[in-house]
Amino acid sequence: MRYAMAIDTRKCVGCSDCVVACQTENNVPIGFCRDWVVEVMDGSYPQLEIEIRSERCNHCANSPCVRCCPTGASHYSDGGIVLVTENKCIGCGACIASCPYDARYSHPEGYVDKCTFCIHRIQKGLEPACVAACPTKCMYFGDMDDPNSNVSKILKVRKYKTLIPEAGTDPQLYFLI
Amino acid sequence: MREEIIVSGRENPFIDPHLHIWHWQIPLYLFIGGLAAGILFFAALYTINGKEKLYETAVKKAPLIVPFLLIIGLMALLADLKHKAFFWRLYTTIRIESPMSWGAWVLMIVTPLSFIWAAIHVREVFPKWDWKYKWIKDLEGFFIKHKITLAWIMVISSVILGVYTGILFSAFNARPLWNTSILGPLFLTSGMSAGAAVIMLMSGNHNERTLFSKIDIGIIAVEMFLIVHMFMGFLASTQVQIDAARLFLGGPYTASFWIFVVILGMIVPMVLEALELRKFKVPVIIPAVLVLFGSLMMRFLIAFAGQESRWLY
Repeated sequence: MRYAMAIDTRKCVGCSDCVVACQTENNVPIGFCRDWVVEVMDGSYPQLEIEIRSERCNHCANSPCVRCCPTGASHYSDGGIVLVTENKCIGCGACIASCPYDARYSHPEGYVDKCTFCIHRIQKGLEPACVAACPTKCMYFGDMDDPNSNVSKILKVRKYKTLIPEAGTDPQLYFLI
Repeated sequence: MREEIIVSGRENPFIDPHLHIWHWQIPLYLFIGGLAAGILFFAALYTINGKEKLYETAVKKAPLIVPFLLIIGLMALLADLKHKAFFWRLYTTIRIESPMSWGAWVLMIVTPLSFIWAAIHVREVFPKWDWKYKWIKDLEGFFIKHKITLAWIMVISSVILGVYTGILFSAFNARPLWNTSILGPLFLTSGMSAGAAVIMLMSGNHNERTLFSKIDIGIIAVEMFLIVHMFMGFLASTQVQIDAARLFLGGPYTASFWIFVVILGMIVPMVLEALELRKFKVPVIIPAVLVLFGSLMMRFLIAFAGQESRWLY
């Protein structure tokens, strides 16, 4: 099993519903976020091109954060989801510094927090909160090892890219272009 | 033209607008760790060489301050942790891939070792010192008997501690400025040079001072070679590392790095030490303090600039 997410940059309108859905679902403290929306504008008027990406932890298959964690608090869970065990985390900040995507933050209570792909929802057979809330249905979540999952099917027919693949992290967030 | 913005707003503290998760605590500890490693290395080296009588400051006097240094360093490390109550988790596991785990375990060896080393030499510096209890005296006798074994463990563990202070940074490929394996040897030499400076400062013996002046000149030369090498490596590497090097080559950290670290922390003390060897009267405090200052500044600048360097999006 290998969980992954595909995000259609051509369908996304940048409404930030995914961000709010995540904050609500996961009780993210005020002023923090586990996912965020990036808007890239290329060219000059009137020749403009825009790309909108909803970004979060890439749940890398070769995660620098898991590697550098001195206590084993950062670990791979079922399907390659990268998680932090709160009462093993000492708050040293190594994983935050090691993430090329800046996807982790220091929770006000001291431990490090990040996107969990809403593992508590997946285990119940639901989709992650961001995917479920998306009004344009631009996000696809599922198991890459299952050829019939939403994510496998869309990646078969669309061109895609990952973010900073040259950092060697093998990211599992695919952006359809 | 390309413009990239986070439209949903992301202002996670310590991360936006650029990473600043490590403040003064980590660079201060890296300086103290390197300094302690340097002092312990020379103490152990001259014990193994059988030159204890010749270089008393290096073997006996200077190591007396190491336990205090390490206590300050450990307090700085604890101050850096944001989930402090769980610090003991470091010692419930050994993670081979994590430099910080290595560092924690090496400290677990070096700290008690530095206490033992100070304890078995304290009476030679303070002759009136009395351990009071017999079992402590027995223990002291035991360690004195095995001093050479202790020295061997210390020589190895102090080198690991010294290299570790650099490896901690160089293992992060997300921060291009840190992601060079030269940081390990660079921080090791910087720590050794700081250790030699402290020994020079504490020593009243002319021969010993001359020796450590010579050693310091050699180490600083190696350090400058490593710095040139580091920048050569960056400039011949990928765009992110070229950008990282530019922080020091025209960017915001240029003046502080070249003036404080290279000129004041390396070139000036090196020249002063060379003049002293040619019988000029130079108060030893000037080169020694400059070396310590340069070593401290190097940790701070590399820690802070490294957090500003990043991958392109």
